[in-house]
Amino acid sequence: MSPKVLLVVQLAVFSALAPHLVRAEKSDYVRPEISMPADNMSNPARIELGKNLFFDPRLSGSRWISCATCHNPALGWGDGLATGIGHGMKNLLRSSPTVINTAYNKFQGWDGRARTLEEQAVGPIKAQGEMHRDMDDLVTELQGIGGYITMFDQAYPGDGITEITIGKALAAFERTLITEDAAFDRWVAGDETAMSEAAKRGFELFEGKARCNICHSGFNFQDDGFHNIGVAQDPPDAGRYNVRPVPVLIGAFKTPTLREITRTAPYMHNGSYTTLMQVLDHYNRGGDVERNLSPNIEPLGLTHREKLDIIAFMVALVSDQPLAVTIPNLPQISPEYTE
Amino acid sequence: MKMSKFPPVLLAMSLSFGVMADEVIIDQLSKEFVLDGEKVEAIKINKGDTIIFRNRDEFFHNIFSLSELSTFDLGSFPQNDSRSVTFDEPGVVEIECAIHPDMFMTVEVE
Repeated sequence: MSPKVLLVVQLAVFSALAPHLVRAEKSDYVRPEISMPADNMSNPARIELGKNLFFDPRLSGSRWISCATCHNPALGWGDGLATGIGHGMKNLLRSSPTVINTAYNKFQGWDGRARTLEEQAVGPIKAQGEMHRDMDDLVTELQGIGGYITMFDQAYPGDGITEITIGKALAAFERTLITEDAAFDRWVAGDETAMSEAAKRGFELFEGKARCNICHSGFNFQDDGFHNIGVAQDPPDAGRYNVRPVPVLIGAFKTPTLREITRTAPYMHNGSYTTLMQVLDHYNRGGDVERNLSPNIEPLGLTHREKLDIIAFMVALVSDQPLAVTIPNLPQISPEYTE
Repeated sequence: MKMSKFPPVLLAMSLSFGVMADEVIIDQLSKEFVLDGEKVEAIKINKGDTIIFRNRDEFFHNIFSLSELSTFDLGSFPQNDSRSVTFDEPGVVEIECAIHPDMFMTVEVE
């Protein structure tokens, strides 16, 4: 059989196959296991060290900004601002994303520049516009704090205080920032009364007419994908294109989770919307900027009632109680430290 | 017949490998590269062979490579559309969907 004949046969057979449908099964929303790198399996010592580092403003050049400044547990582990504020009180280009459920992400940050939490965790520390800390200086400073010497030794015996172990500890702590079950999860598990009728209608729309689950898919309601959804921004932000220079990625950003959505406003990569209705209106009109707009974005024709139902569904993705954390007492410089 | 258990498309693809692997069809399905119904992350082909990428998801996919051996961007395409690329030089090429970068595979051209 010639290659051309084979190709015709293959394509003819393919055209008869049923298309893969977007609509998911309930099992697609079951909580997955959290994967960890083999060289950084979590344990209590690593998590506790990571928590201390997360809340320690000495990780910044100004000694004033900690990870928790922009990822504030009292604000859904974000900062409630449209765009973050970095070193020298300068506004950053993008919204501070929540760090909740980042353990499920295969790409970290709005542009996916980091593949692991370990890699991502040290990025903002060193970034000039963010925490603005010289890593060598930070390591030296931490090596002079007895409490940290002990904690690093317990968490990573023999590895010392390094950029690598700092990143590992922060990642270990961030892997504990996982949402509790929400009404939606109880409904997935079989409790038909867990979600309101409006939320159930909203879920139907979410997977159907509104096409939300093209990108907001799976347990964490994000696809580790990058999409230009037509958000207006001046000047434009190239987004993922800065990481992968492929034209389709100009203005594309990673799909954010919808978990804890009511606790993580404002929305979009530049925080341009303060309410979920504004977000739905954006999608309903097919976005605002046509340049390089994802072909998956198109006007939806949703009614006001339908938008309210989708919002009711998204509220069902919010856990009953915010993720609780006990703020650590940070180790202080050792009295015997003389430098 | 035993072969009747297999979907016709798989049989055709098997024949294409057994007889003449000039063309390999890889589906983009459930945000994975799929060959013979299985997720594929690496394949070997011969110099001059063509891979046809076929989108079977109900949303757009993309195909590109920024490998030293071969740089191309086949663009984004909707369900049931396909794009093909022929590999004329031996070596390893990394292929990715720009929209869903977890869709990643390597092609070793012999």
